[in-house]
Amino acid sequence: MFLSVKGLTKAFGELEVLKDINLDIEEGNILAIIGPSGSGKTTLLRCLNVLEVPNKGEFTFDDGFKVNFDKPMRKKEITELRRKSGMVFQSYNLFPHKTALENVTEGPLIVQKRPKSEVIELAENILNKVGLGDKMNLYPHQLSGGQQQRVGIARALAIKPQLMLFDEPTSALDPELVGEVLKVIKDLANEGWTMAIVTHELKFAEQVSDQVIFMDEGQIVEQGPPEAVLRSPQKERTQQFLKRILNPE
Amino acid sequence: MAKMFQSNILLTISADMGGWELFQNSLWPMIQGGIKYTIPLTLISFVLGLSIALIIAIMRLSNRKYFTFPARAFVSAIRGTPLLVQLSIIFYGLGSIGLTIDPFPSAIIAFSLNVGAYASEIIRASILSIPKGQWEASQTIGMSYSQALRRIILPQATRVSIPPLSNTFISLVKDTSLASLILVTELFRKAQEIAARTYDFMLLYIEAAILYWIICFVLSIIQDRVEARLERHIAR
Ligand SMILES: Nc1ncnc2c1ncn2[C@@H]1O[C@H](COP(=O)(O)OP(=O)(O)OP(=O)(O)O)[C@@H](O)[C@H]1O
Ligand SMILES: [Mg+2]
Repeated sequence: MFLSVKGLTKAFGELEVLKDINLDIEEGNILAIIGPSGSGKTTLLRCLNVLEVPNKGEFTFDDGFKVNFDKPMRKKEITELRRKSGMVFQSYNLFPHKTALENVTEGPLIVQKRPKSEVIELAENILNKVGLGDKMNLYPHQLSGGQQQRVGIARALAIKPQLMLFDEPTSALDPELVGEVLKVIKDLANEGWTMAIVTHELKFAEQVSDQVIFMDEGQIVEQGPPEAVLRSPQKERTQQFLKRILNPE
Repeated sequence: MAKMFQSNILLTISADMGGWELFQNSLWPMIQGGIKYTIPLTLISFVLGLSIALIIAIMRLSNRKYFTFPARAFVSAIRGTPLLVQLSIIFYGLGSIGLTIDPFPSAIIAFSLNVGAYASEIIRASILSIPKGQWEASQTIGMSYSQALRRIILPQATRVSIPPLSNTFISLVKDTSLASLILVTELFRKAQEIAARTYDFMLLYIEAAILYWIICFVLSIIQDRVEARLERHIAR
Protein backbone atom coordinates (compact mmCIF):
# COMPACT_ATOMS: atom_id res chain seq x y z
CA MET A 1 0.00 0.00 0.00
CA PHE A 2 1.60 3.25 -1.14
CA LEU A 3 -0.88 5.57 0.55
CA SER A 4 -3.82 5.02 2.80
CA VAL A 5 -6.31 7.84 3.35
CA LYS A 6 -8.61 7.54 6.35
CA GLY A 7 -11.58 9.68 7.30
CA LEU A 8 -10.64 12.63 5.09
CA THR A 9 -13.05 15.50 5.62
CA LYS A 10 -12.95 18.96 4.12
CA ALA A 11 -15.41 21.82 4.42
CA PHE A 12 -15.41 25.33 3.01
CA GLY A 13 -17.23 27.22 5.70
CA GLU A 14 -20.59 25.49 6.04
CA LEU A 15 -20.20 23.51 2.84
CA GLU A 16 -18.93 19.98 3.41
CA VAL A 17 -17.13 19.11 0.21
CA LEU A 18 -15.45 15.86 1.28
CA LYS A 19 -17.23 13.64 3.76
CA ASP A 20 -15.21 10.92 5.41
CA ILE A 21 -13.23 9.70 2.41
CA ASN A 22 -11.40 6.38 2.80
CA LEU A 23 -9.08 5.37 0.05
CA ASP A 24 -6.06 3.19 -0.61
CA ILE A 25 -3.60 3.66 -3.43
CA GLU A 26 -1.33 0.72 -4.22
CA GLU A 27 2.25 1.25 -5.30
CA GLY A 28 2.42 1.41 -9.10
CA ASN A 29 -1.35 1.56 -9.43
CA ILE A 30 -3.41 4.06 -11.29
CA LEU A 31 -6.49 5.46 -9.67
CA ALA A 32 -9.10 7.12 -11.87
CA ILE A 33 -11.53 9.47 -10.16
CA ILE A 34 -14.81 10.19 -11.90
CA GLY A 35 -17.98 11.94 -10.86
CA PRO A 36 -20.27 14.85 -11.62
CA SER A 37 -19.22 18.47 -11.44
CA GLY A 38 -18.96 19.77 -7.88
CA SER A 39 -18.64 16.30 -6.38
CA GLY A 40 -15.27 17.13 -4.81
CA LYS A 41 -12.81 15.45 -7.18
CA THR A 42 -10.52 18.45 -7.47
CA THR A 43 -10.71 19.09 -3.76
CA LEU A 44 -9.67 15.50 -3.06
CA LEU A 45 -6.55 15.86 -5.22
CA ARG A 46 -5.76 19.23 -3.71
CA CYS A 47 -5.98 17.73 -0.23
CA LEU A 48 -3.50 15.01 -1.22
CA ASN A 49 -1.11 17.80 -2.16
CA VAL A 50 -2.15 20.05 0.77
CA LEU A 51 -3.10 22.89 -1.54
CA GLU A 52 -6.17 22.59 0.66
CA VAL A 53 -5.64 21.63 4.26
CA PRO A 54 -8.10 18.91 5.28
CA ASN A 55 -10.18 19.43 8.41
CA LYS A 56 -9.95 15.86 9.54
CA GLY A 57 -8.41 12.58 8.58
CA GLU A 58 -5.12 10.81 8.26
CA PHE A 59 -2.65 9.94 5.51
CA THR A 60 -0.34 6.99 6.00
CA PHE A 61 2.47 6.29 3.55
CA ASP A 62 4.24 2.98 3.05
CA ASP A 63 7.51 4.45 4.34
CA GLY A 64 5.88 5.05 7.71
CA PHE A 65 5.27 8.78 7.19
CA LYS A 66 1.97 9.69 8.72
CA VAL A 67 0.02 12.95 8.92
CA ASN A 68 -3.00 13.49 11.05
CA PHE A 69 -5.10 16.53 10.24
CA ASP A 70 -7.03 16.68 13.47
CA LYS A 71 -4.37 19.03 14.79
CA PRO A 72 -2.74 21.95 12.97
CA MET A 73 -0.08 20.91 10.49
CA ARG A 74 3.56 21.65 10.98
CA LYS A 75 5.48 23.31 8.16
CA LYS A 76 7.77 20.30 7.89
CA GLU A 77 4.83 17.99 7.35
CA ILE A 78 3.47 20.18 4.56
CA THR A 79 6.86 20.27 2.88
CA GLU A 80 7.25 16.52 3.13
CA LEU A 81 3.74 15.84 1.83
CA ARG A 82 4.26 18.16 -1.12
CA ARG A 83 7.55 16.48 -1.88
CA LYS A 84 5.75 13.18 -2.32
CA SER A 85 3.39 14.22 -5.08
CA GLY A 86 3.55 16.12 -8.33
CA MET A 87 0.48 18.01 -9.50
CA VAL A 88 -0.71 18.54 -13.06
CA PHE A 89 -3.38 21.22 -13.36
CA GLN A 90 -6.33 21.45 -15.68
CA SER A 91 -5.18 24.91 -16.80
CA TYR A 92 -1.46 23.95 -16.89
CA ASN A 93 -0.38 26.95 -14.73
CA LEU A 94 2.98 27.12 -16.44
CA PHE A 95 5.27 30.00 -15.50
CA PRO A 96 4.79 32.35 -18.47
CA HIS A 97 8.08 34.19 -18.02
CA LYS A 98 10.16 31.02 -18.14
CA THR A 99 10.99 28.73 -21.04
CA ALA A 100 9.78 25.14 -21.15
CA LEU A 101 13.18 24.03 -19.89
CA GLU A 102 13.22 26.61 -17.08
CA ASN A 103 9.72 25.59 -16.03
CA VAL A 104 11.02 22.07 -15.58
CA THR A 105 14.33 22.93 -13.91
CA GLU A 106 12.81 25.41 -11.43
CA GLY A 107 11.80 22.79 -8.85
CA PRO A 108 14.92 20.60 -8.77
CA LEU A 109 17.29 23.54 -9.14
CA ILE A 110 15.79 26.19 -6.87
CA VAL A 111 13.90 24.13 -4.33
CA GLN A 112 15.85 20.91 -4.18
CA LYS A 113 19.17 22.64 -4.89
CA ARG A 114 20.46 19.82 -7.03
CA PRO A 115 23.57 20.51 -9.15
CA LYS A 116 22.82 22.51 -12.28
CA SER A 117 24.39 20.20 -14.86
CA GLU A 118 22.55 17.22 -13.41
CA VAL A 119 19.24 19.12 -13.37
CA ILE A 120 19.56 20.29 -16.97
CA GLU A 121 20.29 16.77 -18.11
CA LEU A 122 17.31 15.48 -16.15
CA ALA A 123 15.01 18.18 -17.56
CA GLU A 124 16.17 17.51 -21.10
CA ASN A 125 15.52 13.82 -20.67
CA ILE A 126 12.05 14.40 -19.31
CA LEU A 127 11.18 16.89 -22.04
CA ASN A 128 12.42 14.42 -24.65
CA LYS A 129 10.27 11.76 -23.06
CA VAL A 130 7.13 13.90 -23.34
CA GLY A 131 8.04 14.63 -26.96
CA LEU A 132 9.20 18.22 -26.55
CA GLY A 133 12.90 17.78 -27.17
CA ASP A 134 12.77 20.43 -29.88
CA LYS A 135 10.69 22.97 -27.93
CA MET A 136 12.74 23.31 -24.76
CA ASN A 137 13.69 26.92 -25.29
CA LEU A 138 10.24 28.19 -26.20
CA TYR A 139 8.01 30.15 -23.84
CA PRO A 140 4.58 28.81 -22.88
CA HIS A 141 2.74 31.29 -25.12
CA GLN A 142 4.68 29.89 -28.08
CA LEU A 143 3.35 26.37 -27.42
CA SER A 144 0.02 24.72 -28.21
CA GLY A 145 -2.26 23.68 -25.37
CA GLY A 146 -1.22 20.04 -25.67
CA GLN A 147 2.45 21.01 -25.63
CA GLN A 148 1.91 23.26 -22.62
CA GLN A 149 0.22 20.47 -20.71
CA ARG A 150 3.13 18.16 -21.53
CA VAL A 151 5.49 20.76 -20.08
CA GLY A 152 3.19 20.81 -17.04
CA ILE A 153 3.62 17.05 -16.71
CA ALA A 154 7.39 17.34 -17.16
CA ARG A 155 7.58 20.04 -14.49
CA ALA A 156 5.76 17.79 -12.02
CA LEU A 157 7.91 14.77 -12.90
CA ALA A 158 11.13 16.73 -12.39
CA ILE A 159 10.73 16.96 -8.63
CA LYS A 160 10.83 13.15 -8.62
CA PRO A 161 7.55 12.62 -6.79
CA GLN A 162 6.33 9.22 -5.74
CA LEU A 163 2.76 9.97 -6.73
CA MET A 164 1.52 11.93 -9.75
CA LEU A 165 -1.77 13.79 -9.46
CA PHE A 166 -3.68 14.88 -12.57
CA ASP A 167 -6.74 17.11 -12.39
CA GLU A 168 -8.62 16.77 -15.67
CA PRO A 169 -5.39 17.13 -17.61
CA THR A 170 -7.09 17.20 -20.99
CA SER A 171 -10.33 19.05 -20.43
CA ALA A 172 -8.95 22.47 -21.39
CA LEU A 173 -7.64 21.05 -24.68
CA ASP A 174 -9.02 21.09 -28.20
CA PRO A 175 -10.18 17.56 -29.04
CA GLU A 176 -7.38 16.95 -31.53
CA LEU A 177 -4.77 17.66 -28.86
CA VAL A 178 -6.18 15.34 -26.20
CA GLY A 179 -4.49 12.25 -27.64
CA GLU A 180 -0.91 13.48 -27.32
CA VAL A 181 -1.37 14.22 -23.60
CA LEU A 182 -3.14 10.94 -22.88
CA LYS A 183 -0.34 9.11 -24.65
CA VAL A 184 2.23 10.67 -22.30
CA ILE A 185 0.16 9.59 -19.31
CA LYS A 186 -0.12 6.06 -20.70
CA ASP A 187 3.66 5.95 -21.12
CA LEU A 188 4.04 6.92 -17.47
CA ALA A 189 1.59 4.18 -16.54
CA ASN A 190 3.71 1.66 -18.41
CA GLU A 191 6.79 2.86 -16.56
CA GLY A 192 5.07 1.97 -13.31
CA TRP A 193 4.27 5.41 -11.89
CA THR A 194 1.71 5.63 -9.13
CA MET A 195 -0.96 8.08 -10.24
CA ALA A 196 -4.34 9.54 -9.36
CA ILE A 197 -6.21 11.00 -12.31
CA VAL A 198 -9.44 12.97 -12.29
CA THR A 199 -10.91 12.52 -15.74
CA HIS A 200 -14.02 12.63 -17.88
CA GLU A 201 -12.39 10.40 -20.50
CA LEU A 202 -14.05 7.12 -19.57
CA LYS A 203 -12.41 5.12 -22.33
CA PHE A 204 -9.02 6.31 -21.19
CA ALA A 205 -9.88 5.56 -17.57
CA GLU A 206 -10.85 2.04 -18.52
CA GLN A 207 -7.68 1.44 -20.54
CA VAL A 208 -5.20 2.84 -18.10
CA SER A 209 -6.50 2.55 -14.56
CA ASP A 210 -6.30 -0.24 -12.01
CA GLN A 211 -8.97 1.22 -9.82
CA VAL A 212 -11.86 3.60 -10.42
CA ILE A 213 -13.69 5.59 -7.81
CA PHE A 214 -16.98 7.29 -8.51
CA MET A 215 -17.62 10.32 -6.31
CA ASP A 216 -20.84 12.18 -5.71
CA GLU A 217 -21.59 14.92 -3.20
CA GLY A 218 -18.31 14.55 -1.41
CA GLN A 219 -18.50 10.82 -0.94
CA ILE A 220 -17.07 7.79 -2.66
CA VAL A 221 -20.17 6.08 -3.95
CA GLU A 222 -18.54 3.16 -5.65
CA GLN A 223 -15.04 1.88 -6.18
CA GLY A 224 -13.38 -1.10 -7.78
CA PRO A 225 -11.62 -2.29 -10.91
CA PRO A 226 -12.55 -0.34 -14.06
CA GLU A 227 -14.55 -3.19 -15.66
CA ALA A 228 -16.71 -3.41 -12.57
CA VAL A 229 -17.34 0.29 -11.95
CA LEU A 230 -17.56 1.39 -15.57
CA ARG A 231 -19.21 -1.67 -17.18
CA SER A 232 -21.48 -3.03 -14.48
CA PRO A 233 -21.91 -0.43 -11.74
CA GLN A 234 -23.88 -1.58 -8.73
CA LYS A 235 -25.09 1.76 -7.40
CA GLU A 236 -27.89 3.67 -9.02
CA ARG A 237 -26.09 7.01 -8.87
CA THR A 238 -23.13 5.55 -10.76
CA GLN A 239 -25.43 4.07 -13.39
CA GLN A 240 -27.19 7.39 -13.91
CA PHE A 241 -23.91 9.28 -14.16
CA LEU A 242 -22.46 6.90 -16.72
CA LYS A 243 -25.65 6.93 -18.73
CA ARG A 244 -25.58 10.72 -18.82
CA ILE A 245 -21.95 10.80 -19.95
CA LEU A 246 -22.32 8.08 -22.55
CA ASN A 247 -25.48 9.44 -24.19
CA PRO A 248 -25.54 13.16 -23.64
CA GLU A 249 -28.79 14.62 -24.94
CA MET B 1 31.49 78.05 -5.62
CA ALA B 2 28.15 76.87 -6.92
CA LYS B 3 26.50 79.88 -5.33
CA MET B 4 28.81 82.30 -7.13
CA PHE B 5 28.20 80.60 -10.44
CA GLN B 6 24.50 80.81 -9.89
CA SER B 7 24.49 84.51 -9.03
CA ASN B 8 26.71 85.23 -12.03
CA ILE B 9 24.04 83.88 -14.28
CA LEU B 10 21.39 85.89 -12.59
CA LEU B 11 23.55 88.97 -13.16
CA THR B 12 23.32 88.47 -16.90
CA ILE B 13 19.58 88.84 -16.63
CA SER B 14 18.07 92.24 -16.06
CA ALA B 15 14.61 93.74 -15.89
CA ASP B 16 14.95 95.78 -19.08
CA MET B 17 15.65 92.85 -21.41
CA GLY B 18 13.35 92.17 -24.34
CA GLY B 19 11.05 89.15 -24.14
CA TRP B 20 12.91 86.89 -26.51
CA GLU B 21 16.29 87.79 -25.03
CA LEU B 22 15.01 87.11 -21.54
CA PHE B 23 13.58 83.78 -22.68
CA GLN B 24 16.93 82.77 -24.16
CA ASN B 25 18.98 83.95 -21.22
CA SER B 26 16.78 82.20 -18.67
CA LEU B 27 16.81 78.94 -20.55
CA TRP B 28 20.22 77.78 -19.38
CA PRO B 29 19.73 78.53 -15.68
CA MET B 30 16.44 76.67 -15.74
CA ILE B 31 17.89 73.70 -17.61
CA GLN B 32 20.69 73.69 -15.07
CA GLY B 33 18.17 73.60 -12.24
CA GLY B 34 16.61 70.66 -14.06
CA ILE B 35 19.86 68.77 -14.47
CA LYS B 36 21.25 69.51 -11.03
CA TYR B 37 18.06 69.11 -9.01
CA THR B 38 14.84 68.15 -10.80
CA ILE B 39 16.23 65.03 -12.47
CA PRO B 40 18.36 63.73 -9.57
CA LEU B 41 15.50 64.46 -7.17
CA THR B 42 13.13 62.47 -9.38
CA LEU B 43 15.45 59.53 -9.93
CA ILE B 44 16.64 59.15 -6.34
CA SER B 45 13.15 59.56 -4.87
CA PHE B 46 11.71 57.11 -7.35
CA VAL B 47 14.23 54.38 -6.60
CA LEU B 48 13.95 54.86 -2.84
CA GLY B 49 10.18 55.15 -3.15
CA LEU B 50 9.92 51.87 -5.04
CA SER B 51 11.91 50.08 -2.36
CA ILE B 52 9.58 51.47 0.31
CA ALA B 53 6.60 50.56 -1.87
CA LEU B 54 7.68 46.94 -2.27
CA ILE B 55 8.10 46.53 1.49
CA ILE B 56 4.74 48.17 2.21
CA ALA B 57 2.99 46.10 -0.47
CA ILE B 58 4.36 42.85 0.96
CA MET B 59 3.42 43.91 4.48
CA ARG B 60 -0.12 44.66 3.33
CA LEU B 61 -0.42 41.26 1.66
CA SER B 62 0.49 39.51 4.87
CA ASN B 63 -2.27 38.05 6.98
CA ARG B 64 -0.77 39.29 10.22
CA LYS B 65 -2.26 42.42 11.74
CA TYR B 66 1.04 43.73 13.05
CA PHE B 67 2.28 43.91 9.46
CA THR B 68 -0.88 45.05 7.71
CA PHE B 69 -1.88 47.71 10.22
CA PRO B 70 1.25 49.90 10.11
CA ALA B 71 1.37 49.52 6.34
CA ARG B 72 -2.23 50.63 5.93
CA ALA B 73 -1.76 53.50 8.38
CA PHE B 74 1.29 54.69 6.44
CA VAL B 75 -0.49 54.60 3.08
CA SER B 76 -3.53 56.29 4.53
CA ALA B 77 -1.52 59.08 6.19
CA ILE B 78 0.56 59.84 3.12
CA ARG B 79 -2.36 59.72 0.72
CA GLY B 80 -4.58 61.67 3.08
CA THR B 81 -2.30 64.68 3.49
CA PRO B 82 -1.04 67.20 0.91
CA LEU B 83 2.49 66.72 -0.34
CA LEU B 84 3.16 70.40 0.32
CA VAL B 85 2.24 69.96 3.97
CA GLN B 86 4.48 66.88 4.24
CA LEU B 87 7.38 68.81 2.71
CA SER B 88 6.81 71.67 5.13
CA ILE B 89 6.72 69.38 8.14
CA ILE B 90 9.96 67.69 7.18
CA PHE B 91 11.83 70.88 6.32
CA TYR B 92 10.33 73.71 8.39
CA GLY B 93 8.62 71.65 11.09
CA LEU B 94 11.54 69.42 12.01
CA GLY B 95 13.87 72.40 11.59
CA SER B 96 11.92 74.37 14.16
CA ILE B 97 12.36 71.67 16.79
CA GLY B 98 16.09 71.50 16.20
CA LEU B 99 16.17 68.65 13.70
CA THR B 100 17.43 70.57 10.70
CA ILE B 101 17.62 68.69 7.42
CA ASP B 102 18.95 70.39 4.29
CA PRO B 103 16.46 71.25 1.55
CA PHE B 104 17.58 68.59 -0.92
CA PRO B 105 17.52 65.63 1.50
CA SER B 106 14.25 66.92 2.94
CA ALA B 107 12.75 66.83 -0.53
CA ILE B 108 14.14 63.34 -1.13
CA ILE B 109 12.54 62.09 2.09
CA ALA B 110 9.15 63.61 1.30
CA PHE B 111 9.04 62.44 -2.31
CA SER B 112 10.28 58.93 -1.48
CA LEU B 113 7.61 58.49 1.16
CA ASN B 114 5.04 59.75 -1.28
CA VAL B 115 6.08 57.44 -4.10
CA GLY B 116 6.31 54.67 -1.50
CA ALA B 117 2.67 55.06 -0.54
CA TYR B 118 1.19 55.43 -4.02
CA ALA B 119 3.39 52.83 -5.71
CA SER B 120 2.72 50.33 -2.93
CA GLU B 121 -0.91 50.26 -4.00
CA ILE B 122 0.13 49.67 -7.61
CA ILE B 123 2.52 46.89 -6.65
CA ARG B 124 -0.02 45.30 -4.36
CA ALA B 125 -2.67 45.34 -7.08
CA SER B 126 -0.28 43.82 -9.62
CA ILE B 127 0.71 41.05 -7.23
CA LEU B 128 -2.98 40.34 -6.64
CA SER B 129 -3.60 40.32 -10.40
CA ILE B 130 -1.33 37.31 -10.90
CA PRO B 131 -3.58 34.23 -11.12
CA LYS B 132 -3.78 32.06 -8.01
CA GLY B 133 -2.65 29.12 -10.12
CA GLN B 134 0.83 30.62 -10.28
CA TRP B 135 1.16 30.51 -6.47
CA GLU B 136 -0.25 27.00 -6.43
CA ALA B 137 2.05 25.72 -9.14
CA SER B 138 4.99 27.18 -7.20
CA GLN B 139 3.81 25.45 -4.04
CA THR B 140 3.40 22.10 -5.71
CA ILE B 141 7.02 22.12 -6.86
CA GLY B 142 7.95 22.80 -3.25
CA MET B 143 8.61 26.53 -3.23
CA SER B 144 8.33 28.55 -0.05
CA TYR B 145 6.32 31.76 0.04
CA SER B 146 9.36 33.93 -0.47
CA GLN B 147 10.75 31.77 -3.27
CA ALA B 148 7.42 31.89 -5.09
CA LEU B 149 7.17 35.64 -4.56
CA ARG B 150 10.68 36.36 -5.77
CA ARG B 151 10.96 33.95 -8.67
CA ILE B 152 7.44 33.53 -9.97
CA ILE B 153 5.09 36.27 -8.81
CA LEU B 154 7.19 39.46 -8.72
CA PRO B 155 8.70 39.05 -12.19
CA GLN B 156 5.19 38.82 -13.61
CA ALA B 157 3.80 41.54 -11.35
CA THR B 158 6.60 43.86 -12.46
CA ARG B 159 5.43 43.59 -16.03
CA VAL B 160 1.89 44.37 -15.01
CA SER B 161 2.92 47.32 -12.87
CA ILE B 162 5.18 49.10 -15.33
CA PRO B 163 2.47 51.13 -17.11
CA PRO B 164 0.96 52.55 -13.90
CA LEU B 165 4.41 53.04 -12.36
CA SER B 166 5.49 55.06 -15.38
CA ASN B 167 2.58 57.35 -14.69
CA THR B 168 3.74 57.72 -11.10
CA PHE B 169 7.19 58.55 -12.40
CA ILE B 170 5.90 61.25 -14.73
CA SER B 171 3.77 62.75 -11.95
CA LEU B 172 6.85 62.78 -9.74
CA VAL B 173 8.79 64.85 -12.28
CA LYS B 174 6.09 67.49 -12.04
CA ASP B 175 5.68 67.21 -8.26
CA THR B 176 9.36 67.98 -7.73
CA SER B 177 8.47 71.60 -8.55
CA LEU B 178 7.01 71.74 -5.04
CA ALA B 179 10.55 71.46 -3.72
CA SER B 180 10.92 75.11 -4.77
CA LEU B 181 8.92 75.95 -1.65
CA ILE B 182 11.61 74.53 0.58
CA LEU B 183 14.31 76.38 -1.32
CA VAL B 184 15.67 73.59 -3.53
CA THR B 185 16.89 75.48 -6.58
CA GLU B 186 15.32 73.13 -9.07
CA LEU B 187 13.85 74.13 -12.40
CA PHE B 188 10.80 76.00 -11.14
CA ARG B 189 12.68 77.73 -8.32
CA LYS B 190 15.03 79.12 -10.98
CA ALA B 191 12.06 80.48 -12.88
CA GLN B 192 10.76 82.09 -9.69
CA GLU B 193 14.12 83.66 -8.91
CA ILE B 194 14.41 85.18 -12.35
CA ALA B 195 10.82 86.33 -12.33
CA ALA B 196 11.33 88.02 -8.99
CA ARG B 197 13.98 90.21 -10.63
CA THR B 198 12.28 90.92 -13.94
CA TYR B 199 8.57 90.74 -13.05
CA ASP B 200 8.02 88.75 -16.28
CA PHE B 201 5.96 86.09 -14.53
CA MET B 202 3.96 85.08 -17.57
CA LEU B 203 6.94 84.51 -19.83
CA LEU B 204 9.10 82.73 -17.28
CA TYR B 205 6.43 80.45 -15.90
CA ILE B 206 5.35 79.47 -19.39
CA GLU B 207 8.98 78.77 -20.17
CA ALA B 208 9.18 76.52 -17.10
CA ALA B 209 5.96 74.82 -18.17
CA ILE B 210 7.40 74.14 -21.62
CA LEU B 211 10.53 72.60 -20.11
CA TYR B 212 8.48 70.27 -17.88
CA TRP B 213 6.35 69.38 -20.85
CA ILE B 214 9.40 68.46 -22.92
CA ILE B 215 10.77 66.23 -20.14
CA CYS B 216 7.43 64.47 -19.70
CA PHE B 217 6.93 64.17 -23.45
CA VAL B 218 10.24 62.39 -23.83
CA LEU B 219 9.40 60.15 -20.88
CA SER B 220 6.04 59.21 -22.33
CA ILE B 221 7.67 58.21 -25.60
CA ILE B 222 10.04 55.96 -23.67
CA GLN B 223 7.06 54.63 -21.72
CA ASP B 224 5.21 53.68 -24.92
CA ARG B 225 8.25 51.84 -26.26
CA VAL B 226 8.77 49.89 -23.04
CA GLU B 227 5.10 48.95 -22.81
CA ALA B 228 4.98 47.76 -26.41
CA ARG B 229 7.96 45.56 -25.68
CA LEU B 230 6.52 44.17 -22.45
CA GLU B 231 3.13 43.48 -23.96
CA ARG B 232 4.60 40.43 -25.68
CA HIS B 233 5.70 38.88 -22.40
CA ILE B 234 2.59 39.20 -20.30
CA ALA B 235 0.71 35.93 -20.33
CA ARG B 236 -2.79 35.49 -19.13
N1 LIG C 1 -11.93 27.39 -2.33
C1 LIG C 1 -13.24 27.07 -2.26
N2 LIG C 1 -14.07 27.79 -1.47
C2 LIG C 1 -15.37 27.48 -1.38
N3 LIG C 1 -15.95 26.46 -2.01
C3 LIG C 1 -15.19 25.68 -2.80
C4 LIG C 1 -13.79 25.95 -2.97
N4 LIG C 1 -13.27 25.03 -3.80
C5 LIG C 1 -14.31 24.23 -4.15
N5 LIG C 1 -15.45 24.61 -3.54
C6 LIG C 1 -16.75 23.94 -3.66
O1 LIG C 1 -16.55 22.59 -3.36
C7 LIG C 1 -17.36 21.75 -4.18
C8 LIG C 1 -16.50 20.73 -4.85
O2 LIG C 1 -15.62 21.36 -5.76
P1 LIG C 1 -14.57 20.58 -6.64
O3 LIG C 1 -13.85 21.60 -7.43
O4 LIG C 1 -13.78 19.69 -5.77
O5 LIG C 1 -15.51 19.71 -7.57
P2 LIG C 1 -15.12 18.83 -8.83
O6 LIG C 1 -15.65 17.49 -8.58
O7 LIG C 1 -13.68 18.95 -9.12
O8 LIG C 1 -15.98 19.52 -9.99
P3 LIG C 1 -15.61 19.73 -11.54
O9 LIG C 1 -15.88 18.44 -12.24
O10 LIG C 1 -16.56 20.80 -11.97
O11 LIG C 1 -14.19 20.16 -11.61
C9 LIG C 1 -18.08 22.68 -5.13
O12 LIG C 1 -19.38 22.89 -4.63
C10 LIG C 1 -17.29 23.95 -5.07
O13 LIG C 1 -18.11 25.06 -5.30
MG1 LIG D 1 -12.54 19.80 -10.70
